[in-house]
Amino acid sequence: MLAFILRRLLQSVVVMLFVALIAFSMFRFVGDPVASMLGQESRLEDHELLREQLGLNDPVFLQFARFIGNAVQGQFGISYRLQTPVTELIFSRLPATIELAFASALIALVFGVGLGVYTALRPRAWSTSIIMSASLIGVSLPTFLIGIGLIYIFAVELKMLPSFGRGETVNLGWWTTGLLTTSGLRSLILPAITLSLFQLTLIMRLVRAEMLEVLRQDYIRFARARGLSQRTINFGHALKNTLVPVITITGLQLGSVIAFAIITETVFQWPGVGSLFVNSVQVVDVPVMAAYLLFVALVFVVINLIVDILYYVVDPRLRVDARAGGK
Amino acid sequence: MKKLLLTASVAALVAGALPASAETVRWARVSDALTLDPHSQNQGITHNFAHHIYETLVDRDVAGTLIPRLATEWALGDDPTVWVFKLRQGVKFHDGADFTAEDVVFSLDRARSDKSNMRQLHASVESVTAVDDYTVHVKMTGPSPLYPNNLTNTFIMDKTWTEANNAVTVQEAGSQDDNYAVRNTNGTGPYKLVSREVDVKSVLELNEAHWAETKPFVTKIEYTVISDAATRVSALLSGEVDFVQDVPVQDIERLSSSDGVTVTTGPENRVIYFGYKFGDAPLKSSNVTDKNPFNDPKVREAMALSIDRDAIKQVVMRGYSIPTGVATPPFVNGWTAELDKYPAPDIAKAKALLAEAGYPDGFTVTLDTPNNRYVNDEAISTAVVGMLGQAGIKVTLASRPIAQHSPLIQNAETDFYLLGWGVPTFDSAYIFNDLIHTKSGHYGAYNPGGYTNPDLDAKIQSLGTEVDVAKRDATIAEIWAVVQADRVLLPVHNQVLAYATKKGFNIAVHPENQPRIYEMTKD
Repeated sequence: MLAFILRRLLQSVVVMLFVALIAFSMFRFVGDPVASMLGQESRLEDHELLREQLGLNDPVFLQFARFIGNAVQGQFGISYRLQTPVTELIFSRLPATIELAFASALIALVFGVGLGVYTALRPRAWSTSIIMSASLIGVSLPTFLIGIGLIYIFAVELKMLPSFGRGETVNLGWWTTGLLTTSGLRSLILPAITLSLFQLTLIMRLVRAEMLEVLRQDYIRFARARGLSQRTINFGHALKNTLVPVITITGLQLGSVIAFAIITETVFQWPGVGSLFVNSVQVVDVPVMAAYLLFVALVFVVINLIVDILYYVVDPRLRVDARAGGK
Repeated sequence: MKKLLLTASVAALVAGALPASAETVRWARVSDALTLDPHSQNQGITHNFAHHIYETLVDRDVAGTLIPRLATEWALGDDPTVWVFKLRQGVKFHDGADFTAEDVVFSLDRARSDKSNMRQLHASVESVTAVDDYTVHVKMTGPSPLYPNNLTNTFIMDKTWTEANNAVTVQEAGSQDDNYAVRNTNGTGPYKLVSREVDVKSVLELNEAHWAETKPFVTKIEYTVISDAATRVSALLSGEVDFVQDVPVQDIERLSSSDGVTVTTGPENRVIYFGYKFGDAPLKSSNVTDKNPFNDPKVREAMALSIDRDAIKQVVMRGYSIPTGVATPPFVNGWTAELDKYPAPDIAKAKALLAEAGYPDGFTVTLDTPNNRYVNDEAISTAVVGMLGQAGIKVTLASRPIAQHSPLIQNAETDFYLLGWGVPTFDSAYIFNDLIHTKSGHYGAYNPGGYTNPDLDAKIQSLGTEVDVAKRDATIAEIWAVVQADRVLLPVHNQVLAYATKKGFNIAVHPENQPRIYEMTKD
């Protein structure tokens, strides 16, 4: 077990180094940071001076080595755009993204599982066909369109909910939260719904398919024959057995929700790491971009690691293989 | 009439007698100030924000004229290379310190220092000295008749405060830590900084001790960043913000027709133009491989005749642009209505000219355009591709974000490009120095076309030191005549800005897009 985890950890480090290297070699195609840092009045010699100062004239490999060297010590430098330390910028934005991600995961899970079970239990009801068709829209409509649509309806027309931002936040010292104020909660509703729609439909379809599969199993029939109540059969036996893949998918999706809430954050001006990344790309703010991509890699690596370990715990066959392969 | 006057004066009396009511303006913009350090970045949005906290010696009003701010008078001294500034008395910084000449000397020196991005504007300053508490002498390396024009965004900091907080050196890019002045302020301006959350919201509060006699009606400013255009407009329509500064042209009509919103439009001091490669060397992106078609005056004339500026205005800009035939905005010294005239499109003549020049079947070329810098920049280029196509010039469009477009311009790696040019000094010399003069040394940084004319270069350089205004203006006119005759640039239009406010709030469009909330009025 320990050897397995250590091997996985080592692989994770290699993956992260690789992500960093790829990201780093891509930055040169994003544009010239110097051009956006210096204004119209700047002269070519100013540009040269600044490139020298930032070490942009060095070979990419050397720049990469320097970046990794600093990153290992927790130094990500200072943002070209905002002149503030990158680590501080990312940590100040992280609570917003994480709260949004968890809120939307919660919505997706609750409604996804609920609707999935409902549509599986009544496969031929007209309400099921309505839900199923509506879910197609959820999957196929682009996020920004859903976001703008929701803003138009709930903010502009009905004036019920705020169209942008995070509302009032409470500073807990190491974490700023919008969950403790009314305006913070109100601000969370639209972006969380927008971000959750895709996962919601995904989970709903998954639960429905799994559930239909399970309901055909012999043990359900035997349960019916034993005269157990519908409730016990559906929720006690059938649902329980469908949840394993659902939990895996939700876990993995949470990673992508944290990492790629970019569009939702931009549409709702949500002050998270995603919108920070978009603003940084526009002006080629290399330190922020590099740190963000490394952070995203870390999120995925950690989640994958946890999932791998869970599989190892759950699935005895993996352990047998490991023993057999380890001779 | 008398009654009206009476009513007005009674109203004024009543208004004066009542305590000023707290009035908050929520101001939304596309992005945040990059820094609070006033000398670090030379960027419009950063300056715009800083103008509310810090002040400059001289300023520019909405008509584009220079007005006094921390300096009450300025003039050339007995020595024509010395500018004498008389300072306003009784001004205090937000922390209560007095504003004196030593703060001006300190700030100008800081703005000229190596790490300041403002230093180019002060490149011809030799030294700055305080003569007494309220007089400053700025010694130039040579006669510099236009130097005060360069001061409209150079803010004055308190020497003691800056030194006490170790912020004398301007923030260095690439270092690991930030400077105190990046996040803290101590200006003389009409508002004090209360809080700032970068990229989210900044709150400013009225500085009760400000020197101006008329107090602004806005007592609190909430500066909010909303980068998505649709969301920004929605926030105004839903009443969550009061003033949207960056209104996309496609939304002007919709906003004007909705209740409770006022849209104000006005010209910006920025011209949009096309430029092309001069010289004999063949173009990199053309099928003509033995010579450069753009070097033929007939081809350039044909291009000028192919472009339908009015159609671009109507279709691409939805009516919000000011077509022009000269690459200078009307605010700028040297602009004339005569120069501004542009030809009516004439495709038949354009085709004939191309045939005469030896290109009866036209030629191919690539047009480089930015797609996120100017109003509808990519759409303008797309329209021009079609228009030139009618005359036979087959243009391929290469569209890039400005971060990738500007290196092409600065390294002269483009055959044909779109660019916009703002003129912060409001004088033609600024355009000539960068766009027309041969690319060498401090000149011609934005002349990727490589146009060169030694006679013109000499005239352009003379503008920098000529103190006789009439003579100088005559030279400017001569230079423009040559630039127009040679068709060095192909101007399209001047940009128009649109501001949208909640009904009842009024703010005039500032030509440099630097509206001042303290000048906002209420019905």
